[in-house]
Amino acid sequence: MILRFDATKCSGYGRCAEHLPSLFELDEWGYAALKGDGVVPDGQEEAARRAVADCPERAIAVVGEA
Amino acid sequence: MASEGLTNRRRLLLTDDAGRVDAESWRPQPLSAHRREFPAAGACGLIEEIDRAGLRGRGGAAFPTATKWRSVAGAGRPGVVVANGEEGEPLSFKDRYLLLRRPHLVLDGLLLAREALGAARAIVYVSSAAGRAAVERALDERADADVEVVCVEPAYVAGEETAVVAAIEGDRPVPRAKPPRPDQAGVDGLPTLVQNVETLAHVAWIRRHGAEAFRAAGTPEEPGTFLVTVGRAGGAPFLHEAEAGLTLAEVLAPTGIDPRDVRAVLAGGYFGGLLTEDAVHGPLSDRSLRALGSGLGCAAFTVLGHDDCPVEAAAAVLRYFARASSGQCGSCVRGTAAMADAVERLRDGEADDDDVANLRRWSAGLRGRGACALLDGAATAAASLLTNFAEVVDDHRAGTCARCARARSAAGAVVAPDAATTRERKERR
Repeated sequence: MILRFDATKCSGYGRCAEHLPSLFELDEWGYAALKGDGVVPDGQEEAARRAVADCPERAIAVVGEA
Repeated sequence: MASEGLTNRRRLLLTDDAGRVDAESWRPQPLSAHRREFPAAGACGLIEEIDRAGLRGRGGAAFPTATKWRSVAGAGRPGVVVANGEEGEPLSFKDRYLLLRRPHLVLDGLLLAREALGAARAIVYVSSAAGRAAVERALDERADADVEVVCVEPAYVAGEETAVVAAIEGDRPVPRAKPPRPDQAGVDGLPTLVQNVETLAHVAWIRRHGAEAFRAAGTPEEPGTFLVTVGRAGGAPFLHEAEAGLTLAEVLAPTGIDPRDVRAVLAGGYFGGLLTEDAVHGPLSDRSLRALGSGLGCAAFTVLGHDDCPVEAAAAVLRYFARASSGQCGSCVRGTAAMADAVERLRDGEADDDDVANLRRWSAGLRGRGACALLDGAATAAASLLTNFAEVVDDHRAGTCARCARARSAAGAVVAPDAATTRERKERR
């Protein structure tokens, strides 16, 4: 599973980093950034889906299943 | 003003007027004169020729041109080709020169790209009325030119490739998140080549003279020539055509700027940070400048003399970036403002330990957190100040320097903005 993150949409709710700290990192003002290439580690697909669904700004999308 | 010191150098794009930049006096080279120099030639085998030439993008990122073209061509459907003449980088004038003085060279490159890639639309993207007029005048002169011109308000981010796509689609010219890159899905979802106008001018030159002749200039890793804007902080910029391996001191020689009176060099417009005086004598190449944590970028270099202060310059650059942020990415809005605030406190002799520690952390940790590279440019400015001018930073912890104190009471910054940035600053106030 591959995620795409749109930094222009992020408003700093931070739910992505709660669900999926292995892929999302917040800066000190709470804004998120996607770590690495967005490939979800094996076994964390459910957490990734929650991160996508829980983002109030819809800043995260699933772009592939590779 | 002629540049005697460089006249024996290979000159591929500049005609007769390397020297002090005077946009008002530039007149477009007419098609008749251009055709004598550049006879028409088709695009057959052009991508392979560009590959052999080793041409890299001249807009700042130095991406291999043939690779980008193959990506657009490989999409298997007619796309869009764009000549990007939105020169957002402060203190760079080369793209304006090409649009105003050699529009036919840019159009040749654009039309070759359209033919080579089988594109459905060709667009020249500019951000000045003068550039638009020069291009439209040139288009009136030629029959082969079914080319659109899109003109936007000048802004630092307006030339970023996704902002170019947004503007052509009728949206605000601000960056979008990547992926997809424009070569994958650009204007209206079509594969889109967004190519700097200087790169396209080199394409036209390569079509006329061949890859071998292009490689006669420069180094094997960085072949060909590139346009360079050099100037003294607050002074008039000069335009030159240089090749990798020359030193900045050699490029400065004809300008009257004394290479001994250099305290710092602002590299790549504002994007490459502040380099020490050593940069004057090192080779002017992307490779050597990257080794210094900078890069060739758009090849604009501004010299700060011994009367100038690197802290004051960094403060001006960071405040510029904070104002130029399109306001979309939170990390950029907060990060650029925080770095500008901290360096301004340093400039004013009011910084504490936290300010310097924060700057160090932000300059490393904020990199890559924006949709475009503006935040990275600000991070580079802060990091280069801390790394290359550590003693100067320490001195400012003990109290402000004489130069900064003068600057504080006077209006304006050490780095004089061009007309476009002045306009932008006014708009944002």
